[in-house]
Parts: sequence; structure tokens; C-alpha cells
Amino acid sequence: MNPVNYLYLAALLFTIGAAGVLVRRNAIVLFMCVELMLNASNLALVTFSRLHGNLDGQILAFFTMVVAAAEVVVGLAIIVSIFRTRHSASVDDSNLMKL
Amino acid sequence: MSDVHSLWMAAAGGGTASIPAPQIEYGQLSPMLIVFGAAVLGILAEAFLPRRLRWGTQVTLALAGLAAAFVAVLVLANDGYGTTKSGLIAMGSVALDGPALFLQGVILLAGVLAVLLYAERRLDPRVDGVPLDAFTAQGAAAPGGEQEKQAAKAGFASTEVYPLTLFAIGGMLLFPAANDLLTMFVALEVFSLPLYLLCALARRRRLLSQEAAVKYFLLGSFASAFFLFGSALLYGYAGSFRLPDIHDVIAGTAPATPALASSTQNDVLLLVGLAMVAVGLFFKVGAVPFHSWTPDVYQGAPTPVTGFMAAATKVAAFGALLRLFYVAFPGLRWDWRPVMWAVAILTMVVGAILAVTQQDVKRLLAYSSIAHAGFILTGVIASNRQGVGAVLFYLLAYTFVTLGAFAVVTLVRDSKGEATHLSSWAGLGRRSPLLAAVFALFLLSFAGIPLTAGFTGKFAVFQAAAAGGATPLVIIGVLSSAVAAFFYIRVIVLMFFSDPQPNGPAVAIPSAFTSTAISLGVIATVGLGVLPQYFLDLASKAAMFSGH
Repeated sequence: MNPVNYLYLAALLFTIGAAGVLVRRNAIVLFMCVELMLNASNLALVTFSRLHGNLDGQILAFFTMVVAAAEVVVGLAIIVSIFRTRHSASVDDSNLMKL
Repeated sequence: MSDVHSLWMAAAGGGTASIPAPQIEYGQLSPMLIVFGAAVLGILAEAFLPRRLRWGTQVTLALAGLAAAFVAVLVLANDGYGTTKSGLIAMGSVALDGPALFLQGVILLAGVLAVLLYAERRLDPRVDGVPLDAFTAQGAAAPGGEQEKQAAKAGFASTEVYPLTLFAIGGMLLFPAANDLLTMFVALEVFSLPLYLLCALARRRRLLSQEAAVKYFLLGSFASAFFLFGSALLYGYAGSFRLPDIHDVIAGTAPATPALASSTQNDVLLLVGLAMVAVGLFFKVGAVPFHSWTPDVYQGAPTPVTGFMAAATKVAAFGALLRLFYVAFPGLRWDWRPVMWAVAILTMVVGAILAVTQQDVKRLLAYSSIAHAGFILTGVIASNRQGVGAVLFYLLAYTFVTLGAFAVVTLVRDSKGEATHLSSWAGLGRRSPLLAAVFALFLLSFAGIPLTAGFTGKFAVFQAAAAGGATPLVIIGVLSSAVAAFFYIRVIVLMFFSDPQPNGPAVAIPSAFTSTAISLGVIATVGLGVLPQYFLDLASKAAMFSGH
């Protein structure tokens, strides 16, 4: 199978993730969409790595996984602490600061 | 297909026994290593020291680590790195050149000032004999809940803010020195993640603080996902993450491979990749249209953290932006300059105009920082060596003025903590003339009035932009400076020429920590305005990126 198809899949996943961040309202779902974008990047990196015949892209894919794990730790800590206060994870409720 | 297969076989067969160990120049990496080492020691102190010893240990450790790292930067600069010799270290993934060293020095100074502000514990009256700082007793406790009350009663303190800040500073030191997109991405996350947490840790108005953190986190990780996908596309175009290699592929001087022959036909990969990486960086510098997080996060975060973020993040992100555009993409100048023009114009105009309508000091300073990002972008667009030097100098001046201004904001307080609403600042000049005069000095410097650091910086970037053929941009920059000057002057008029409110805020008497930070800010603001020549020379000497 032509590896370029994986690039189209990666672009599609990235777009779904980005659209999800823009339209969804629950902080956890937003966060999952960001993770989807990171995974789309990983798929693109691995595919390009194969196309170019060097391993750099796969190495960055590993780094991305570690970074994503660290991001989960920080992000869930923040979202859970705000959920405990407001009993809601909807980002529409976070509107104390307005222009 | 077959070449990948042979690569795989080579790695599996001959490579395993003899992978050469990478060469790491520990001495030349020492600024970052010292800061990260101090951060790790801070974590250990947090885990093993009894609670009463932690605050003193953490403050000492943080200040000592930052001072040692600053000395390391000076030693490297004295050895001629950055001016006469420069080079790539850690297998080419970190650049040791003038802009990197200069900005590392600026970030470390910003870190010292920020730690001084963190350590202030005299602004709030003691509760049960426990001194209070700007941070919550226990970040995990729900605001207003029973657990929070117990934590406050037991005298807990969030001393983990010091190691978190050191980790953030370590990432910021690496960010402008990163010579490949992988290192840049890791540095971006290393300095962003602690900042998200720091935003959530305010003692007062914790709901605002948590809201700021969740906004910053979601938008920040969204932006870094863009950065990462952009890096993937650039890798797809050039077959390498290293900025000089990307430059070579664009210039057509890279050794040809079959994969490159097809990927370099595809300009979409290059242009979309560049755009997405730039989005990630524009978000960090707070350029319009990627600025929407700035006012909310600046308002909600604890004020010492806001000052640190406003100064140091901007320095690090502009360093990375400069390196990206000057090392990897000078060959594409005619493609990126029009877009950068649009971003710079929008940033200056939107920042200056929206600031006029603000009623909160921290939000006002946030919009002012957006406008300043626009002014600095004009220096980036200049795409000449003069522009790099001007941006370096501007960042140095901006750091001290910003931290000084936010330090003043921490001092104006009423019974509910900091009084940030502008109306409560009315008549401050009558009640505490010294503090109001200091704040007026910082505002005049933001506005770019002669004999202040802000004027020298603005003059330098506009001069460079004009020399680089961006005269219309300079005209728009001067006009929006005039708009910006209006609202700075408005605050000064409010402080000095209106009557104080009957139960308005009082000015807290700070300890030596905040006084030192404000004094350093004042000295730098006046010094860089009156006698800027030494630092201008230093910045222009440092304005040379190392390519290969």
C-alpha cells in the first residue's frame, strides 16, 4: 500500500482533532481532541520517516508520547481541581473573566 | 521500500554492538544543567525536608542556582562564545551563539527577579503566626472547602512553586538555543507545563486562577499540537529536523536522495509546515490572532507568576522565532514576510486599541504586552543583523520594565488582596507618591518616552525595520505607540490628578525581596534609557546566529 495514504489519514485525524477542540464544550473531550492531534502528528512522523528512510521521525514520535504523557498529568490535575470546585467540566462555565 | 529495509537491517545487524556514544559538551551546556540540577534538588527538598525548613531552602536554592547559571553564561560569553567563536553542541541539537547566550542571560535575570517576587511574605498580615505568600496553601484543596481551611490553619505553603519555576526557566534557556525542531518541541513543553500549573496556584481569587490555568492549558496544548504537526510536515519536506539542514534543502544545496527528489517538489509540505510551526510560536509570544489567552491568563494567574510569564516566556519564544526564521527559512523570506507583516500590524493595532478599554490593571498590562509583541515583530521582520540586535536589546529592556510593573501591582492592596481595578488606583500618587512615581516610570517606559529603556528599544527595532525595507510597518508602529501612550498617560493622570477613594486600597510595605526587584527594575529602566550604548553594542555584537 502506498505510504502516502497514511499521510492523508494523519491529516484527517489532525483535522478531526482540531475541529473537536473548536466545537466541543467539555474540557476532557477537548483534551482528548488535543491528544488526537498529537497522535496524528505521530502517524505523519512515522510515515515520513519511512519515506525518507531515516529514523529521525520515529525518534520524535517517542518524544511526543512522553510529552503527551506529561501533558496528561498536568492537564488532568488542572481539570480535576476545577471540577471539584464547580462540579462541571464544561468550558462554558469558565467565564468569570470577560472583557 | 528496499532502502528502508536495508536501513533496518543495518541498524539491527551491524549497529547494535557499536552505537557511538554521543558527544555532550557538559561545560558549554552548564547554564541549563545547573538550573535543571537546582530544580531536581528542589524536588528532593520538597520530598524529604520537614515543612518548616522548606521555604528557606527553596528560596536559597533557586536564587543560588539562577546566580550560578548566570555566572556560567558570563564565563561562556567571556570565553568568546557568541562573539568570536560559536558553534553547535550536543551533537548539533543545541546552538551556542550570540543570541542564545544573550537571551539566556536575560531569562536568568528575569528568573531572579521573579523568584524575589515569589519569596515576598510580608504583604498579607500573618495568620496564626504563619506568614502568607502569593500562593495557595494547598493546590489540591477545593477553593473555600474544609480541606483548604485545614491546610491554611496548619500553615502549609506551596513551596513547590520554586522547583516548578526552575524547570520552566531550564526549558526557556533551551528554547532559544534549540537548533532542531525536536529539541525546540521538547523545550517548549518543558517550559509550558510548569507554567500551566503555576497559574492555578493563587492564594486569593482561586476560581479565577484555576480558570486561567485551564484556559492556558487547553489553548497552549492546542498550539503545541500545531507546532508538532508543522514539524512533522517540515520533516516530510526536508528529511531532517535540523534547522541548518532545512535551510540547505530549501536552498537546493543538500545532497540529493530519491526521497528528497520527490518531497522537495511539494511546496505544500514546506509552506503549511512553516505556517503551523509559526502558529505555535506566535501563540507563545501572544501575537494577534493567537492572543486571546493572554488577558485572561495574565489576570487570573498569581501576579508574580504573571510577571515571570510576561517577561521570560516572551524572551524565550522570540529567541526561537528569530532562530527559526533566520537559520532555517531566510531563503523563503519573500513568502513569510507578507504574512508576518499582517501579523505584526494586527498585533500592534489590536493590542493598543483594546488596551484603551480595559478597567483592570493586569488586563491593561496584558494588552500592552500584546502591543509590545507587535513592536518586537517589526524587528524580526527587518531580516537583517541590525534587526536581531534590536530585538535582543528590546527583550532585555522589556523584561525589567514588565517585572517591575507587575511587582508594583502586587503592592497595591485592599482587604480582599490585590486591588487591580483601575478605579481603585485613583489618587494613588497622593497617598504614596514614591510607588506611584515608580509605576509612572514603568508606564512611560512602556509608552516609549525618551530617557527610558522602552524608548531605546523601540527606536532600535523601528530603525532596523526601516533599514530592512519595512517603512510602512514603522509608520503603523509609531501610530499605535501613540495610541498606546494615551492609555499609559491616562493611568498616570488617574494616579496623580484625581481624588483618592475614601476606602481605597493601601500600599503594603514590602520586604527586601520585592524592594530589591523593583529597585533593579527602576535601575535598568533608567540605565538602559540614559546610557544604553554598552548594552546596544553588546546586543549587536551578539546578533549572529551560528549556522553549521
